[in-house]
Amino acid sequence: MSEFHDASASGAEADLAPGEEQLDGSGVAHGVRGYLIGLVLAAGLTAASFYVCFSGLIYGPAVPAALVALAVAQMGVHLVFFLHLTTGPDNTNNVLALAFGVLIVTLVIGGSLWIMANLDHNMLPMTRVVEMQR
Amino acid sequence: MTAAHPVDSDSIVQMGLEGGAAPGRGTGGPASKRVYVGYGFWIFILSDMVMFSAFFAAYAVLADATAGGPSGRQLFDLTNVAWETACLLLSSFACGLASIAAASRNALWFHIAMAVTFVLGAAFLGLELKEFAGLAAAGDGPQRSAFLSAFFTLVGCHGLHITAGLLWLLTMMAQVAAKGFRADIMRRILCFTLFWHALDIIWVAIFTVVYLMGKTP
Repeated sequence: MSEFHDASASGAEADLAPGEEQLDGSGVAHGVRGYLIGLVLAAGLTAASFYVCFSGLIYGPAVPAALVALAVAQMGVHLVFFLHLTTGPDNTNNVLALAFGVLIVTLVIGGSLWIMANLDHNMLPMTRVVEMQR
Repeated sequence: MTAAHPVDSDSIVQMGLEGGAAPGRGTGGPASKRVYVGYGFWIFILSDMVMFSAFFAAYAVLADATAGGPSGRQLFDLTNVAWETACLLLSSFACGLASIAAASRNALWFHIAMAVTFVLGAAFLGLELKEFAGLAAAGDGPQRSAFLSAFFTLVGCHGLHITAGLLWLLTMMAQVAAKGFRADIMRRILCFTLFWHALDIIWVAIFTVVYLMGKTP
């Protein structure tokens, strides 16, 4: 019997599946509230993105950076409130996998842009290449 | 009796070997099947995002390669995009409510929430197909320029994921109706909600990188 008590006591440390609903605590209302907070935050960030794009509130050349910041924030909201990712020990595996995914995505996108910008800078424009082949 | 009693199925369940909660991380035996099925699907979703990152990279590199054709600034209709975004965000929210209903074993609310998820997802898909059809009809299909090829590949790939997700959603509704909230069905519902929320995350990247950045001067 005591073994089972130990197991349930350490149950708080058990691994969680990603996206797991935890309703054992305060029930359905608590779960719905989490999604509502996520919905309001995500809608607010989306509205801010569309607003920033048009309003001229932000200095023109800085608009792409602002859009990226808002998008990253919204992805964070989705991960926390919709996919229930936390920094707790029961989520370590899920967060580590996500961190590796983010690393690869950053390398692929950042690396491609970097290399192609360098090629653009260092090589003849395509129109000149075509002219030379004539 | 006390020396070596056989392990009965109840104690296996209580020890967490079948759907219960084993401590994991090497203590107390393997994690429950629900945990490693969800984790495996999480790995799939992340690899899917790596695939999308290649399409994003291609689009970002080719966004200016319009070959004398129209650019995103002339083509994109942000009102349409705003409606698409609203549909998909609300669909993701409804999907979350469906997973709460499943967790509390409420079949009626599960079906209602999943039906709302489906209708909103289908509305998103309809708006996207309308945009694609409009572009193709105006001669601005994927064959027009490298920019449009990359655009149709990236956004179309997301649309294909949504289509597959809608079919999966209907399958889950049918399975819950026919088989109830069995442990294996619950694992599939978990994987489906992961998939649907992940598609909304990818859409956030699409409306930011493709549409909003395409429209900013």
